[in-house]
Amino acid sequence: MSIRTLPLLFLNLGGEMLYILDQRLRAQNIPGDKARKDEWTEVDRKRVMNDIISTMFNQKFMEELFKPQELYSKKALRTVYDRLAHASIMRLNQASMDKLYDLMTMAFKYQVLLCPRPKDVLLVTLNHLDAIKGLIQDSPTILHQVDETFRQLTDIYGGLSAGEFQLIRQTLLIFFQDLHIRVSIFLKDKVQNSNGRFVLPVSGPVPWGTEVPGLIRTFNHKGEEVKKTEFKHGGSYVAAPKEGSLELYGDRVLKLGTNMYSANRPVETHMSAASKNLASRTQESIVPNPLAKEELNLLARLIGGMEMQKPSGPEPGFRLNLFTTDEEEEQAALTRPEELSYEVINIQATQDQLANDELARIMGEFEITDQSRRNASKGDDWLAMMDEL
Amino acid sequence: MFRRERSIPLRGSAAALCNNLSVLQLPSCNLTHFGVVHGPSAQLLSAAPEGVPLAQRQLHAKEGAGVSPPLITQIHWCVLPFRVLLVLTSQRGIQMYESDGSVMVYWHALDAGDASLVQAVFARGIAASGHYVCVGTWAGRVLVFDIPTKGPNIVLSEELARHQTPITDIATEPAQGQDCVADTVTADDSGLLCVWRSGPKFKLLTQIPGFGVPCSSVQLWQGTIAAGYGNGQVRLYEASTGTIHVQINAHARAICALDLAPEVGKLLSAAEDTFIHIWKLSRSPEGGYIEVEHCHGECMPDTQLCGARFCDPSGSSFAVTGYDLAEILRFSSM
Repeated sequence: MSIRTLPLLFLNLGGEMLYILDQRLRAQNIPGDKARKDEWTEVDRKRVMNDIISTMFNQKFMEELFKPQELYSKKALRTVYDRLAHASIMRLNQASMDKLYDLMTMAFKYQVLLCPRPKDVLLVTLNHLDAIKGLIQDSPTILHQVDETFRQLTDIYGGLSAGEFQLIRQTLLIFFQDLHIRVSIFLKDKVQNSNGRFVLPVSGPVPWGTEVPGLIRTFNHKGEEVKKTEFKHGGSYVAAPKEGSLELYGDRVLKLGTNMYSANRPVETHMSAASKNLASRTQESIVPNPLAKEELNLLARLIGGMEMQKPSGPEPGFRLNLFTTDEEEEQAALTRPEELSYEVINIQATQDQLANDELARIMGEFEITDQSRRNASKGDDWLAMMDEL
Repeated sequence: MFRRERSIPLRGSAAALCNNLSVLQLPSCNLTHFGVVHGPSAQLLSAAPEGVPLAQRQLHAKEGAGVSPPLITQIHWCVLPFRVLLVLTSQRGIQMYESDGSVMVYWHALDAGDASLVQAVFARGIAASGHYVCVGTWAGRVLVFDIPTKGPNIVLSEELARHQTPITDIATEPAQGQDCVADTVTADDSGLLCVWRSGPKFKLLTQIPGFGVPCSSVQLWQGTIAAGYGNGQVRLYEASTGTIHVQINAHARAICALDLAPEVGKLLSAAEDTFIHIWKLSRSPEGGYIEVEHCHGECMPDTQLCGARFCDPSGSSFAVTGYDLAEILRFSSM
């Protein structure tokens, strides 16, 4: 609903993606002098992170992103991240990309849900930006790009009212509705229950601007306080210590949005297929959306702003596996429940339908990572292909 | 004091909206109707006293120009003198149905013409006031519809233009005879409350300024306004003067819904902090000012609440919805 939601969604999901990729690349790190030709080194890792981050914070791309607009569908957004993840020499199989996206979305859903105030989603975003800057300390040009985005963010969101942030929060939660994928690191830390629901604590500091519950104050018609009583609220809250800073450098206070992964905490996901809300979800995707084409045009404009670093010369793409072994990755691809498969937009089919030359050119720059999805028949209804289940 | 009753399953989970539960009590046929917004669709269902669902229906927002299916913002039964209408607000406009949702009797498209590009367009805030139905908009307007005793000949009678930010909720109570007695309260995202007297031309009686947080839910009972805010506070005001009489630090997160049991003056508050609280409103014998007593609190573990309603006018039972929850939780007093 709020047309200011997309930049926050994109930057936070992007931040989580970088945390995960960085952790996996470090875990698969081989010291430079000992590495074989097909193994990851520290230099490779830094290069991948630099490539992805500079693509993400490209000025033209950010301009498109920050335009007031409705949120994209899950399909469209997933396509953007597919593209982003392949902005460098790194390659991900479908199963690994699916797992990556699961982790990203569940992490940000958790952060939004647990934000004490709706405005705190801005602090979560700044936490992600702070961490991103830490990943590219050696690259002043990219650092500058990130700082620019920081300024844009605080310019636009710094002045929004509490009501507007409440609408943004509701828009984000509607986007994440019915996602209950269990994430091992969340289960271990007891922030997620075994049914996939997040734990909502009833203790700790209250949000900035909220009083600790428990007091009833009564006033007379002159405005004088005449009575003060207490009631038992049920939780055990304390006052908020201080407000998080929105400055370029500052104490954000909030920990949500900081990097929770480390080399010692590998991440697994369990496919939670037993979702009661499956019926409503599949029903909605069957309802034809005659306006998907408009969304595709928006998407093309957005991705058209991405400057992709194409791997040049004989350099091969390095494959990153988000699972522990190749066999596990294969197994995950085979056993992923149908209802949890992400629908990536079939680029070839839509390219044929796009009359606009410029858009067709931009779409043509895409590489389809999953060849099996390519349907050659031009006469088919492209909407039907996109909605195939 | 309250025991948990059997939950009513929903086809789709409840969306993270405020005031996301409407209840229509039909004592004559011992049925209760429930309405919950899922997102692009809303679900109506009727249940017998034990909570067994008997019939259900899904309604969708009317399509229009846009990138994705429009979201419904609220669904609410409006009890008018001679009929009951079901009103649904969305990002496109206002849909009115006969009370069982079977027939749409009226459609009003929102005019997004003067929306600057940075504003989201939607309708939100629904209440019946006499034979009028009031509906709020993103622009702060309150549309007043004149409803005939039967049939689809509904007319937009007036557009109240006092609020500058999106309307959140509207509360009404039956008119009390005298001309200057308040019977309608409108609330918005800035926390501003406007107090009105309904009629062929609505009259603004007073305004109560906000204090930097949205007023997400509002109720009106015997000249007392109960308002729930984004900072977890419930405030009670004298409707005729706008003076604050009680301030409750009620919740640790934003309040999502308030409801009233008019027969006994009980107030129900629900918030994103997973708690509901029930309060007893009364007038002090000495000064005649409004007093509040806490009656009961209940925690719905790990559930960010989004709607709450009493299921009977004496407040002996209530129902609650939560974000991502595909059931209506029910409680009744022992």
